[in-house]
Amino acid sequence: MTGFLRKIGATIALGVAFTTGAMAADFTPVLLYDIGGKFDKSFNEAAHTGGERFKEETGLDYKDFEPNSETQYEQALKRFARRKADLIIAVGVGYSVAVRNVASKYPDVKFTVIDAIIDLPNVQSITFKENEGSFLVGMIAAMKTESNTIGFLGGMDIPLIRRFERGYRQGAEYVKGDLTFIENYVGTTPSAWNDPIKAAEMARSQYARGADIIFSAAGPSGLGSIQAAKDTGNLAIGVDSNQNHVAPGYVLTSMLKRVDLAVYHAMKAAEAGEWKPGHTVLGLAEGGVDFALDEYNADLITAEMKAKLDEARAKIVSGEIVVSDVEGSNSGH
Amino acid sequence: MAAQKKLPFWADAILLPTLNLLAAFLVSGLVIWGLGEDPLEALSLMVDGAFGFQEGVGYTFYYATNFVFTGLAVSVAYHAGLFNIGGEGQAMLGGLGLTLAVFLVGDVSPVLAVLLAIVGAAAFGGAWAFIPAYLQAKRGSHVVITTIMFNFIASALLAYLLVGPLQRPGGQMPESADFPDGVSLMHLQDLFAMMGFTYESGPLNLSALIAVLCAVGVWFMLWRTRFGYELRVVGQNQNAARYAGISVTRMTVIAMMISGGLAGMMGLNELLGEQLRLLGNFTLGYGFVGIAVAFMGRNHPVGIVLAAMLFGALYQGGAELAFEMPNIQRDYIVLIQGLVILFAGAMEHLFRDPVERVFRHFSERRAA
Repeated sequence: MTGFLRKIGATIALGVAFTTGAMAADFTPVLLYDIGGKFDKSFNEAAHTGGERFKEETGLDYKDFEPNSETQYEQALKRFARRKADLIIAVGVGYSVAVRNVASKYPDVKFTVIDAIIDLPNVQSITFKENEGSFLVGMIAAMKTESNTIGFLGGMDIPLIRRFERGYRQGAEYVKGDLTFIENYVGTTPSAWNDPIKAAEMARSQYARGADIIFSAAGPSGLGSIQAAKDTGNLAIGVDSNQNHVAPGYVLTSMLKRVDLAVYHAMKAAEAGEWKPGHTVLGLAEGGVDFALDEYNADLITAEMKAKLDEARAKIVSGEIVVSDVEGSNSGH
Repeated sequence: MAAQKKLPFWADAILLPTLNLLAAFLVSGLVIWGLGEDPLEALSLMVDGAFGFQEGVGYTFYYATNFVFTGLAVSVAYHAGLFNIGGEGQAMLGGLGLTLAVFLVGDVSPVLAVLLAIVGAAAFGGAWAFIPAYLQAKRGSHVVITTIMFNFIASALLAYLLVGPLQRPGGQMPESADFPDGVSLMHLQDLFAMMGFTYESGPLNLSALIAVLCAVGVWFMLWRTRFGYELRVVGQNQNAARYAGISVTRMTVIAMMISGGLAGMMGLNELLGEQLRLLGNFTLGYGFVGIAVAFMGRNHPVGIVLAAMLFGALYQGGAELAFEMPNIQRDYIVLIQGLVILFAGAMEHLFRDPVERVFRHFSERRAA
């Protein structure tokens, strides 16, 4: 047995020398996606966009990885931490415990985690005020609805997603008092992010019950909701990335959560040596959340609506309107 | 049985699996080539990732440990003539039993908690298999149907508990609170350090040794005890068993419970060895892969350990491949693993018949 191990040991020396040599060349950040996968047209794709922008502007490549399952979070983090990656960006609330575990074991490696708060000296936590962005799309929904019934479709039923719903509802009620809300959540486990079929069924049922606009905060599952809007001739509101182009004419707008900016700035800062640990919150004022307006939905949003939205935006930034939050939606570990 | 007689043992146990494996790699290589990547480089990345460095070897054996447990579980049931596809659910319940044991006494005595966790994992896994086993033995409800349905029930139960009573306080994901300090299985690098030589840290832990002990135990039980003999007789021919005075009902229930207990112990490796908390989705299909492992290993503990190592290497090498070649998305890794299962399990006869013909040809020539 020891002979066998020693033989392996000899091969290893080679293997390790090879891999570290390749990594140490220059600055190479690492981007770890959540279960939804790189091209989910939503949350993770926003992170990918940020990484691509960094690559384009600096000419420096980054490494990325899509975990298959929750148990791979820690394996991926440890793998890159052990190889002394320059910066590890973990995207998604699912990473919170894994980042806490790995970051405390590797105090000299820098971690940036998005959507979770980890209070460690080598971790930068970035969260968003999703409720503020949702407030604006809630207003749009309320101004646009003809049936006075609007729907919300959440992915996984956790406080973080409840916070989208809270802002959406408050924004809609800010415009109209007598609205009916229908809400559903796809599930209670992370697989809820990746179930567009079930999301489409739920959206169809909401449309059948009278809703004419549905805001889905469900990552890749939200694509099912957009498909349902297209099939039934109703409107959907996209989330995280700009999803207006997914079904032109059927996507009223998208609530932008600028994960791309967060990823891009974290990489830029680390490259320039200005990366700092601590907690950053990105809201409307910081340009971290917004609603999407482009050629695909220009016909759906009138100038009058736009004026009202700008007014509300100014009021939120100045603090005149306070968008309420959900307790525990950004819990630390 | 008669068909196997035609081939010498080494051809059946080594040559055929190797041919199947090569065929699987050939097809995977074509797919990778079609993606515009170099198949040979991908293969060398996989092999290097699985065996090229200490950490990779640790992960390979870590994954293999899971497959040993689930593979043994399938084979014990198989020898009793039962097809247990409920390994997944039994492993989930095993994880639950383990977690409850840890939280029950973890604060009092970590050592006791670990021992109780091992018992809890096996007991809960076994108990989860008891219900389908009883229904099969007494009511004739087919165990294939019931065990697969019990997987869904287990998964729903776990999801309910992990977003309800067992959820980590303040947490958002379906996972339990951390196990109390010190309640874990010792990692092998710590064990090696005690023995005086260093090994890169990895997830491999004592449960790998427990798995090997289980493999030895299963071998001893099946081929060296009267109980094992009876179990195999039931598997070969129930009428003969009944005629010989063996209670088929009893053997069915006991075989399934041993099977479930083995599947349940998978959680020792994943939870008590590495994650140190209960995760909603920790079984990840390992229970199903156990079926492929058992069949590729010819339902013999030695074969199962070897097949488990192969699958461990595929999982670890696949992960490394995904790390190093971002062009090869995670779905292609699953495809490669699936091809191995397909060729090794389902299309086993693809090569068996030609190889048999070759052997017959040569033996006839020698006779002439």
